[in-house]
Amino acid sequence: MQDLDSIVSQALSEFDSIHEAAHLEQAKARYLGKSGVVTERLKTLGGLPPDARKEAGALINQAKQRLEQALEARRAALKQAALEAKLREEALDVTLPGRGLGLGGLHPVTRTLDRIEAIFRSTGFEVADGPEIETDFHNFTALNTPENHPARSMHDTFYIEGNAGVLLRTHTSPIQVRYMQAHVARHRAQMDAGQTMPAIKIIAPGRVYRVDSDATHSPMFHQVEGLWIAEDVSFAGLKGVFTDFLRQFFEKPNMRTRFRPSFFPFTEPSAEIDMSCVFCDDGDGPKGCRVCSHTGWLEIAGSGMVHPNVLAHCGIDAERYIGFAFGMGPDRLTMLRYGVNDLRLFFDGDLRFLSQFR
Amino acid sequence: MQFPLSWLAEFLSGPIAADRLAHELTMAGLEVEALAPVAPPFSGIVVAQVDAVEAHPGADKLRVCRVSAGGAEALQIVCGAPNVAPGMKVPCALVGARLPGLDIKAAKLRGVDSYGMLCSARELGLSQDHGGLLALPADAPVGEDIRRYLALDDQIFTIKLTPNRADCLGVAGIAREVAALTGIALVPPRPYAAPVTHAASVPVRIDAPDLCGRFTGRIVRGVNARVPTPDWMVRRLERSGQRSISALVDISNYVMLEMNRPNHVFDADKIREGLEVRWARPGEQLLLLNGQTIDLAPDVGVIVDAGGVESMAGIMGGESTSCTPDTTRVYVEAAFWWPDAIQGRARRYSFVSEASHRFERGVDFEDTVAGVERVTQLILEICGGEAGPIDDHVLNLPSRAPITLRPARARRVLGIDLSDADIAGLLGRLGLPVARADDAFVVTPPSYRFDLALEIDLIEELARLYGYDNIPAAVPRAPQPMLPLPEARRGDARLKQILVGRDYQEVINYAFIERDWEADFCANTTPVTLANPIASQMAVMRSSLIPCLVATVAANRKRHLERVRVFEMGRCFKLDTNGVPVAGFDQPRRIAALAWGSQAAEQWGEAARKVDFFDLKGDLEALLAPARLSFERTTHPALHPGRAASVQLDGRRIGLLGEIHPQWVQKYDLGSAPVVFELDLDLIAASTVPAYREVSRFPAVRRDIALVVALEVPAATLQDCLRRAAPAIVAELEVFDQYHGAGIPQDRKSLAFRVVMQDTERTLEDKEADAAVAAMVRAAEQQFAAKLRV
Repeated sequence: MQDLDSIVSQALSEFDSIHEAAHLEQAKARYLGKSGVVTERLKTLGGLPPDARKEAGALINQAKQRLEQALEARRAALKQAALEAKLREEALDVTLPGRGLGLGGLHPVTRTLDRIEAIFRSTGFEVADGPEIETDFHNFTALNTPENHPARSMHDTFYIEGNAGVLLRTHTSPIQVRYMQAHVARHRAQMDAGQTMPAIKIIAPGRVYRVDSDATHSPMFHQVEGLWIAEDVSFAGLKGVFTDFLRQFFEKPNMRTRFRPSFFPFTEPSAEIDMSCVFCDDGDGPKGCRVCSHTGWLEIAGSGMVHPNVLAHCGIDAERYIGFAFGMGPDRLTMLRYGVNDLRLFFDGDLRFLSQFR
Repeated sequence: MQFPLSWLAEFLSGPIAADRLAHELTMAGLEVEALAPVAPPFSGIVVAQVDAVEAHPGADKLRVCRVSAGGAEALQIVCGAPNVAPGMKVPCALVGARLPGLDIKAAKLRGVDSYGMLCSARELGLSQDHGGLLALPADAPVGEDIRRYLALDDQIFTIKLTPNRADCLGVAGIAREVAALTGIALVPPRPYAAPVTHAASVPVRIDAPDLCGRFTGRIVRGVNARVPTPDWMVRRLERSGQRSISALVDISNYVMLEMNRPNHVFDADKIREGLEVRWARPGEQLLLLNGQTIDLAPDVGVIVDAGGVESMAGIMGGESTSCTPDTTRVYVEAAFWWPDAIQGRARRYSFVSEASHRFERGVDFEDTVAGVERVTQLILEICGGEAGPIDDHVLNLPSRAPITLRPARARRVLGIDLSDADIAGLLGRLGLPVARADDAFVVTPPSYRFDLALEIDLIEELARLYGYDNIPAAVPRAPQPMLPLPEARRGDARLKQILVGRDYQEVINYAFIERDWEADFCANTTPVTLANPIASQMAVMRSSLIPCLVATVAANRKRHLERVRVFEMGRCFKLDTNGVPVAGFDQPRRIAALAWGSQAAEQWGEAARKVDFFDLKGDLEALLAPARLSFERTTHPALHPGRAASVQLDGRRIGLLGEIHPQWVQKYDLGSAPVVFELDLDLIAASTVPAYREVSRFPAVRRDIALVVALEVPAATLQDCLRRAAPAIVAELEVFDQYHGAGIPQDRKSLAFRVVMQDTERTLEDKEADAAVAAMVRAAEQQFAAKLRV
């Protein structure tokens, strides 16, 4: 008869060689099952004298415990190995691209308009809007530019067929007029009672149209008009507000601006606004480059104090209230900010171009 | 306005550097657009005479010249110019001369010594003419420096004048401005009055004082119109952008440029009887000096003689009385035409003249006599002749009402502390007559300024002279009320961001499109049409964003892109008698999105499939979530008739969803059908603020119901029927399957609904759920003859 130690060592080595949980349980049955080798040994104890039976029984139980511990350890090892194998199998090539829809993008001019709106909103300007098919009155006459005024030749206007006096707005300034008229109507009672008219503080972005087309002119383009009317604004305030805006927009705290006298029928005094060239002036003076035609300055906006005739047209007391207005081209701001060199790209719908602005 | 600095300098008592002048003018609102030297820098070039020309022994095309250049000895110079000839005077670069990119040294050319170079205009940088040597007049003094002889040390200014500063449309006017800006004293022109040696005159009658406020003229007889214009005048005219034509015309132009005083020189012998100034009569025509014959409208002023209309007043002269080389008797005229009698007329006839450009902005009404005298002076000097008496008709001149300027107002508008003394000083620099009244200044505008009428006009002058640069930039101190931020609104930015998040790229298209697109995609045969489109494919205003987005697909397909997902936000335009705010036009703001090609970009982890109606519907629902939209089959000219839906929100039609009609897919060469939606922004602007509902702690019961109905029953209609029949415990009712095929009659389909029931107070019992389902099924059976599919 095989001695117990050799049974144990045979079983242990057998367990170790098993790699499948089911086989391990079969092996367990062979040793510890109802008719397993070790169980059979226990059955033989009955034939032994009591002393010997006790001793032999103890030895068999020890052997049984050792085998059960070994089985438990082996089960755990197999489970661990199985888990590891599963994990190994489940491993991904994490470098493959993600799945599903991608991300679209805003138009670059929208990025600019959003920034302009956010900057001006942060200091209390509301956003106003107006029609693009406009009346001659709102686009010109109410802006102190009567019919035949030579200043009208500054704007090459698209007219609507069969409708005398109807045109595509040539600038966003008519929004000023509509907003002022509505504002006055809204606060009429208050003003009639001698109270101060609440300040008008708006920007008005939108599409405008002029008969013009080349690399720097598009028959449709954008403008943003700004207007601040209150009892205590001044030309110095216009300089402050617009200079601050340009610095925030271009994120250049040292940017310099230059206000030059100019003429617009609806403002007086009027000013062209130049800013120091964003490409060649880092705050220590312009070096001159192609973008600024080696002048160090870029013409960026028109502006001025709202003409008293315009205020009067809109029912605002020009003696009591003073306003300033400015108008800028967000398309040009976009070109300068992102280095785009052809205005026409904006309106061409070329996705290879537009998708760069994400 | 273009002029050489040397001309301007005649009117200034002291020198000013060109760069500084350019800066001063630009910063005063007279923007210097260009400043260019007349000639590039060079030195050592003199007037020379070619004495003899001989063949070069070693080269057919070269000649050996003997040249006098002012030195003691004649020079031997080898020259290749075809026009070199003995006796001609030419510029000669001496040994040691420096030209642009070239230093002249003694050299041997093909074995012959050469001591200098004879020059063409191009070699001197004066023009592109490389035809040969620059031939100088026979009286050019040999040895004189060419820069001096041709007055080449000069700069040409080009100024972009704003319409308000018509007083600067002449050299003398610019000088007046420069004097005000710099303090350099003005040199006024010496007053001149021609000796009157005969009494001839032209009878003049003015019938329209609202057209002609003043009319001044005189006869000069015995004039020789054939003499050449002197070089100095030709040079000034050319440097001011005016070609020399003939002495009389040149003199007229010269005085216009010098004094900003348009004038006209008639051939007096061609004036039949006398001149009459009046408005044009119906049917009248005029042959203009530029060769064009025009019909005259009754709001155009004319000068007529017994033979008919001979010029368009203040705009352009006529052919019938123009001067020719045979002219000997001239009538010199200078007038004041009212700006509003001139404005817009020339532009209406599609031309602009130097005269109309000035008169419509306003020309000094006090200098007509001085202008006629100046023209006379130059005619007598250049063409000879005898002057007659001046005939000056003064009928109706602008008044120059004094303007009151309050210093406090100026300080308030400009935001600077200008003292009264400062203001007095600035006004003094303008040379305007100023008086004091109480605290204010009273200023009378001069006859040459048409832009000074209001107090604000003077405040602008103060700011200009004070210098915009010297006004500090100061953000106004003002109350800072916070801005409203309505939460229940779908703002533009939010809508755009949602579409960007769903893989759409924003585009901005022209709002004017081809007439065909309107017809095809909108069946619109009466689009809003431009009277003056820039091109025929941009002739009408779009009434929908859809054609523009389809065009974007077509354009990008040509660029070999295979997948396009785009959106646009913008106005559309329709004729509409109820339109506001501009009567006759509806201008709704819209947003539209389009997808074409595969739903997702081609990728390893997902099978490619074409985008379809329900992809866009999902995007549309996400865009407007949590709104409960309803969709109805519709027809639309742009869309596939079986795959088009109108979109409704709260019973209002807010837009459109569908697949582009196969007809247009073919016509516009799109390959496959794009799917689009378009929504009216005003109608989707209102959203809701979320409101809390209690989350139930009790378990939900889910039951699925599959109903077999006729094929044409829309899922949403059946769902509405179920919803109406559903008791309050039904929390969710959604379609989760549609089936049509084996096991179901050919003309019927099965729609499966998920019904989730829940109560916030207690656990539902099975029989309650059963009863709810039974009620819903019963309703469907009654309304649609639906059968429960088991």
